[in-house]
Amino acid sequence: MITNIILAGVGGQGILTIAATLDIAALNNNMFFKQSEVHGMSQRGGAVQSHVRISDGEIYSDLIPKGKADIILGMEPMELLRYLPYLKKGGWLITDSQVFDNIDNYPDKEEIFTKIKSFPNHLVIDASKIAKKIGSSKAANMVLLGAISSFIPVKDRALKAAIKILFDTKSERLVQLNLNAFETGKKYVEDTVSI
Amino acid sequence: MRNIVLGDEAVAQGALDAGISGVYAYPGTPSTEITEYIIKKKAKESLNIHATWSANEKTALEAALGMSYAGKRAMAVMKHVGLNVAMDAFMNMAISGINGGLVVVVADDPSMHSSQNEQDSRYLANFAKIPIIEPSNQQEAYDGIRHAFKMSEKLRLPVLVRLVTRLSHSRSLVTFNKPLKQKRVKFPNDIKRFQLVPARAKPQYDLLVQKQAEIRECAEDSPFNKLIIGADKSIGIIASGIAYNYLMENFQDGCPYSVLKISQYLLPRKQIKYIFDESERILVLEDGYPFIEEQLADFFKENTKVIGRLSGHLNRTGELTPNMVAKALDIKLESINELPNFIEGRPPQLCDGCGHYDTFNALDEIRKEIGDKQIFGDIGCYALGALSPHHTISTLIDMGASITMAKGAADAGVHPSIAMIGDSTFTHSGMTGLLDCVNEKTSITVIINDNSTVGMTGGQESSALAKIKGICLGMGVDPEHLKVITPLPKFHEENVAVIKKELAYKGVSVVIPQRACVRLPSDRKKEIKKILEAQN
Repeated sequence: MITNIILAGVGGQGILTIAATLDIAALNNNMFFKQSEVHGMSQRGGAVQSHVRISDGEIYSDLIPKGKADIILGMEPMELLRYLPYLKKGGWLITDSQVFDNIDNYPDKEEIFTKIKSFPNHLVIDASKIAKKIGSSKAANMVLLGAISSFIPVKDRALKAAIKILFDTKSERLVQLNLNAFETGKKYVEDTVSI
Repeated sequence: MRNIVLGDEAVAQGALDAGISGVYAYPGTPSTEITEYIIKKKAKESLNIHATWSANEKTALEAALGMSYAGKRAMAVMKHVGLNVAMDAFMNMAISGINGGLVVVVADDPSMHSSQNEQDSRYLANFAKIPIIEPSNQQEAYDGIRHAFKMSEKLRLPVLVRLVTRLSHSRSLVTFNKPLKQKRVKFPNDIKRFQLVPARAKPQYDLLVQKQAEIRECAEDSPFNKLIIGADKSIGIIASGIAYNYLMENFQDGCPYSVLKISQYLLPRKQIKYIFDESERILVLEDGYPFIEEQLADFFKENTKVIGRLSGHLNRTGELTPNMVAKALDIKLESINELPNFIEGRPPQLCDGCGHYDTFNALDEIRKEIGDKQIFGDIGCYALGALSPHHTISTLIDMGASITMAKGAADAGVHPSIAMIGDSTFTHSGMTGLLDCVNEKTSITVIINDNSTVGMTGGQESSALAKIKGICLGMGVDPEHLKVITPLPKFHEENVAVIKKELAYKGVSVVIPQRACVRLPSDRKKEIKKILEAQN
């Protein structure tokens, strides 16, 4: 069984950290994964995405085919919708509610959320606000990782261990902040949806 | 043990474990992380190898050849367009052959994610008549490098390893092998083959032509090429590199057709003959140009047996995807949601506080007077000056072309003619163009944006650090017309005045907006400041 996740956002929003957490957790759970990412020119304030595929068996393609993503996780709502053709029938759209409008022609926000809400399986989470409340809006990515943790085949323990590994070199405060963000995101979803 | 590595890092670790004594490279997406990994590893583990950025791809490849000549294993790394810069050395090292193993790793960028074209390096390796390894996944990237060095030493030829963006920049799990030891200095027994005067080059070229049969045999026996026989003979599929993954993605429970996976070239004729004869049609899948398809397809289109990008069964341009493969094989896709029509593009932008903004702003004021078609741009972060909201630069062709194109326009009578280039692009390929201008007293203004780093690829060390002024003066730029300015909003008026004054000058003038890249760590910025102060 392959679980396909597309992480969508803007360069600098912490997508690669979510991806790295999933990679380490998958390895520690003895699973296979492939995870493509964006480097170079597009990283600078532009649209970025990462395809993460986790499986108990061998995975061929580094890219998720269209119509096969179980989850599209948006650090930003318009970026979430950019990958809509990848969504599987019945797949989940999960996104931070906060828009990032660094372009002049950013579309009508209501139109964006109406579209997202037209899918039965969607979650719009105030991840940035939640993260800010518990310490720093930068941890919004870990709130969202917590939010999808119940939908994916890697165990929470492995995800939390991965967060520790990734932030350990920075500071104990950051480890705690990100673990806290993860737990808060997880709890938010558990209180909101029945899975 | 399984290790989490990027495709690029698998190549890097593969090279270290294949016993290289040096890596030579110029940064370029998607190849940069290979050399970065080796540089970091060297620092961390005090490895006894050469790992420093070169001024450009040509100097990199020639240095790698020198190390190989001395008997040690060397790797040169670049992006696809970088190979154009190194092409002179590349073609001729195939004629001379090598001594210690020499592998040229080139990362292609189908779909031009971060490049000005999507050229396919397999054509250039074929042009040079050398073997190619094209790994299909991260483990093969690791194993393929060791195999490439083995081939290189067996055939006494350089070997090209071709990567594509989706392999370079995708992580997976890789098992490492026991490392090989580095080689010692040992000159070639026969140095005459490295002396390419016509009398020696001719027999060497004949030898290279003769070696082609052996190169093909190596590919026919290669563990990286795999023929899998299927029961359904209505179509046979030839898939190279990562195209194999996109094929198999569509057949999770096994492919009913015969499949020839190709990861080593020359094309394995034996296996191709087999699949060609037994199948009614042949579908060729490649992430890049139709390199294999062109070799197999029929010129007069009388025989339509071979299909792929040329026949229109796959998109003619752009990178291959699993969905394109499904379409070519008539595999029904589940309903796919359409992209909402209100989604807008979000192009990359300069970072907040970037000095290039200030230089663009100064030039924008000048453009109001001189018109907006005579600022020639170059490769680097300031290439974003071609996009909204700036629209500052008119052209963007290749590394260094800003200065030489501005020169040609000046020669045609355009004044002022302005070139905009970055510090490391200047030392990569801009210096010689400036020399032409100085020698001819061309009326040109060259703006060298000095952020003291290679910015776009992530802040690598610039070969130009603290050297630009000296280089310009050494080439004969008049010190009166060599101005260093600080691109900050508070100096805007002053900077506009300096540039305007130099534009009026009939001769070569150089303006250097100098401010370290905002993305560099603060200790590096301090270090750069100290170095620049000592120079000034």
